[in-house]
Amino acid sequence: MGATTATTTSVAARATELWKVYGSGEAQVTALRGVSVELHRGRFTAIMGPSGSGKSTLMHCMAGLDSVTRGDVYIGGTRLSGLSDAGLTRLRRDQVGFIFQQFNLLPTLSAQENILLPLSIAGRKPDPAWYRTVIETTGLADRLRHRPNQLSGGQQQRVACARALVSRPEVVFADEPTGNLDSRSGAEILAFLRRSVREFGQTIVMVTHDPNAASYADRVIFLNDGQIVTELTAPTADAVLDTMKRLDVMAGNA
Amino acid sequence: MLRATLKSLLSRKLRLILSGLAVVLGVMFVSGAFVLTDTLSRSFDSMFATVYSGVDVQITAKQTVDPELPATMPASLVGRLKAVPGAAAVTGSVDADNARLIGSDGKAVTTAGGPRFGSNWDGISGVAVLREGRIPQAKNEIAINAGLAQTAGVHVGQQAAVLTPQRPKATYTVVGIFGYTGGRDSLAGATQIAFTTPEAQRVMLGQTGVYTTIDLKAASGVSPVTLRDRVATAIGGQYQVRTGEQAAAASAADIQQGLSFFNKILLGFAGVALFVGTFLILNTFSIIVAQRTRELALMRALGGSRRQMIGSVLVEALVIGALAAVTGLGLGLGVGALLAKVFSGQLDGLPLAGVGLPAAAVIASFAVGIGVTLIAALLPALRAARISPIAAMQDVATPDRPLTKLSVGGAVTTAIGAALLAWGLSGNAHNNTAWFVLAGVLGSFIGVALLTPLLARPVVALVGSLFAWSMPGKLGRINSGRNPRRTAITAAALMVGLALITGVNVILASATASLHQLGDTQVKADLIISGDQGSNGMPTFDPAVLEKTKKLPDVQEVSGEYDDMALVNGKRTQVGAILDLPALVDMFQLHATEGSLGALGHNQVVLDADRAKSLGLHAGSTVTMQLTRGDPQTMTVTGIYAKNDVFGGWLLASDAVANFRQPQPSWGFVKVSNTAAVASVKASVAQLLADSPEVNVADRSGFIDQQTKQFDSLLTMIQILLALAILIAVLGIVNTLALSVLERTRELGLLRAVGLRRAQAMGMVTVEAVVISLFGALLGLAVGTALGAAVVRALHDDGFTNFALPGGQMVVYLLLAAIAGVLAAVLPAIRAARINVLGAIAYE
Repeated sequence: MGATTATTTSVAARATELWKVYGSGEAQVTALRGVSVELHRGRFTAIMGPSGSGKSTLMHCMAGLDSVTRGDVYIGGTRLSGLSDAGLTRLRRDQVGFIFQQFNLLPTLSAQENILLPLSIAGRKPDPAWYRTVIETTGLADRLRHRPNQLSGGQQQRVACARALVSRPEVVFADEPTGNLDSRSGAEILAFLRRSVREFGQTIVMVTHDPNAASYADRVIFLNDGQIVTELTAPTADAVLDTMKRLDVMAGNA
Repeated sequence: MLRATLKSLLSRKLRLILSGLAVVLGVMFVSGAFVLTDTLSRSFDSMFATVYSGVDVQITAKQTVDPELPATMPASLVGRLKAVPGAAAVTGSVDADNARLIGSDGKAVTTAGGPRFGSNWDGISGVAVLREGRIPQAKNEIAINAGLAQTAGVHVGQQAAVLTPQRPKATYTVVGIFGYTGGRDSLAGATQIAFTTPEAQRVMLGQTGVYTTIDLKAASGVSPVTLRDRVATAIGGQYQVRTGEQAAAASAADIQQGLSFFNKILLGFAGVALFVGTFLILNTFSIIVAQRTRELALMRALGGSRRQMIGSVLVEALVIGALAAVTGLGLGLGVGALLAKVFSGQLDGLPLAGVGLPAAAVIASFAVGIGVTLIAALLPALRAARISPIAAMQDVATPDRPLTKLSVGGAVTTAIGAALLAWGLSGNAHNNTAWFVLAGVLGSFIGVALLTPLLARPVVALVGSLFAWSMPGKLGRINSGRNPRRTAITAAALMVGLALITGVNVILASATASLHQLGDTQVKADLIISGDQGSNGMPTFDPAVLEKTKKLPDVQEVSGEYDDMALVNGKRTQVGAILDLPALVDMFQLHATEGSLGALGHNQVVLDADRAKSLGLHAGSTVTMQLTRGDPQTMTVTGIYAKNDVFGGWLLASDAVANFRQPQPSWGFVKVSNTAAVASVKASVAQLLADSPEVNVADRSGFIDQQTKQFDSLLTMIQILLALAILIAVLGIVNTLALSVLERTRELGLLRAVGLRRAQAMGMVTVEAVVISLFGALLGLAVGTALGAAVVRALHDDGFTNFALPGGQMVVYLLLAAIAGVLAAVLPAIRAARINVLGAIAYE
């Protein structure tokens, strides 16, 4: 896995001159205005911005969930714009992992079955050593046979994290992963995400509006009004908060 | 409140249309039945009005033994009637059924159930219009109606063979072809051969100097009623005297009785469609109520009463029922008109009266359409009323209520249904047997339907494991078990249709197996001469054939049976006259329980032990028997035989045939000597039958095959029913699946996000559909087998000795159900595959 891209660059995913326009005429909304960004392999990147800044749209476009109006998206060496639905599906299955705010587990399947779902759909078996590592890291070993409704929110989100990681995707996209959790469970998830970047070299992109969550990332990209305004590396929560406060001013200058 | 209801109704158009369709189909059959019979009966009315237009008063002898045989009146009566004041013309007619013309293909011309009249020309001259040639004047001349001439391919001047009740095959010259007033080629598909009067009397009635009817024409100024009353006074109460109008009405009434058969078939279809449709509607409304829980709870919180909640669901049902009734009525009008057209095509010469919409059709359509929909919606409506206002504040889906109550109810209902069925089949219910059986079957169906949610989990798990080898298959299996009530009621709709069909199939398979068993064990006759009991009754053949067969080399024994009706101690009963009773006793293994079964002398009879017991008769008892002809006879019982599954009833000496309606046998039995080859004797007998084209000779197994072939048409009918039931069930599955897809949009979105291909998503939905349909099919096969087994068991004493499963058919039905599931999944699967992944999972 990832062998196709190992030779190219250290960039796991990239967007160039990305435009996204919804609707037409009077109701036309431009969500992204020429966004170019490179997401580095083995890094934890956070995308921040106020509501309506286009951060979720950027993530959806980069993950192959949404089409782009103009510009290109690459995951590994694959260009997304040329892909058919089947191609996009295969890409999501094999090279992308998702973590959602609403967990999105299948209520009919056990935790273990949920974790293995992408592999089962592909008709593949997990790498046993890696599977064990993921389970141990998420601390779900004694919860594997439980159904989602028998798990706490934090546990459910850990199942979702394990599901995203178990196929060793090129990139994991996390959409407000702590938005539905209490602060302690949220901290656990964020620590786990950071650990999987540091220890296992996983590439993670997280959309959030919580400065504290963003502070777990290696790099924070700030979006406002569909454009990248600035970014921070090795951020602290305070620095992130501070940048957020000045976003409007900075956007005006840009 | 009403506006809210109607709004919510509009927003669920598709689902309501699907469930309404079942009602539409049911109503269509109901109204179609009414329109068909109305159109046909008015057509027949107008036809008979024409036929009787020249008759003011008609006289017939009172029917005694056999209503199908016109009793006869002496020709001298004509003279007495001429003397009645006001009688302008008196015509004596001979009119009897079973004059069979042999067509150019060598086969006797048959009709679609209409009679094959043999008449005297004088008698029909009032309605018949000669088209070609001349009227028959010599005893070897006939005229035939144009419809018959066309079917038989016979022209004026040709020779044609005719079989008549009183004489085997004879050859006549066709001298004339006639039609009827009003330009008709035939009267409602009947055929008619006109002889000279003496010939008609001889070959149709077996007696010269008698008529079957006498028609009078009134002199001008004398009304038919006046003339009728004068005639009645003049000839006394021995005869039936009616005006032409009365006679026309009576004939039309006879036909209508025959038409009621079609009515029953159509109403049967309607019954199945509506019964199955009830499940569909119940399911749809349960789903709607479940989906509207929050909305209804909000209305309750805002002060809506329980009554209003019930009302809001029932108004919706009322609207759907009324729409379905209107649509069904319209379609039924079309179906009825179409069937009437097909029907009149079969009976060429029945010009159709204009298609009308009888009030009964309208009333029945609305009563049935609205009634069924309201009844089906009642339970969901009551459930809607139980929703508590607090449900508006909570984000809980309707919890899975325990199935205990439902299952206990189902078990009790099934038991009651089974008990009713058992009682009905036991024969203790006498005249109410059909009702008990019907109630029992219905009860069993409803009971099993109530049990299906309980059965759903294990059976669905089992069936679903067939598909568990792939992830989409596994998900489909799990999904089909998620809502056992919904799965169950959807499957139950399919169960009903399949159970009915399987039941009939089991009975027919058992009947076939039993017949073969009987043929092997109880019948020692090697050859059997008989014809197909078609729409014109049991064919007969020349008695000389039996005599000639007896003289063939290698033939050991010959027996024959003549059938007729008789009044035994005043009661109408079927009797048979037997040629060579000892031979029959040998060939059918009859055993005497009293007296002896030796050769029968004049006025001697034997009968089976069951009948003897119920009548209190013993060897030596006497009975009074009125045969079709002659005076009542006192007959002596010389023997009583143990009834077996092949032979039963009254057996008379062969000389009684002289007083039978038709002195020709309908059955011949031949035993071949041990050393001879059956096939060669069969060939010789077949040659003897050359002049009797309606019958043939078959060996034992060939005969049984012929008999079981009659089941085929029954099966065809049943399979139409299958198609209908499956169609409705498919609607139900589509409905349920569409809802599943809708409810699980988020899950589908997630699955697609983590890499489920479109084809896999479609596969998942298809598996869910197939699991549901297979579940229904398995239930149907099981229930049908149980019903069939119950019937077979109950009829054990009536010859159902073997129980057999129609394995091949059952597999076919299972496959059909699977295919139906796949078809039902098409639209919901496409919908599932088209789900917008982002829209399904994104929350913002």
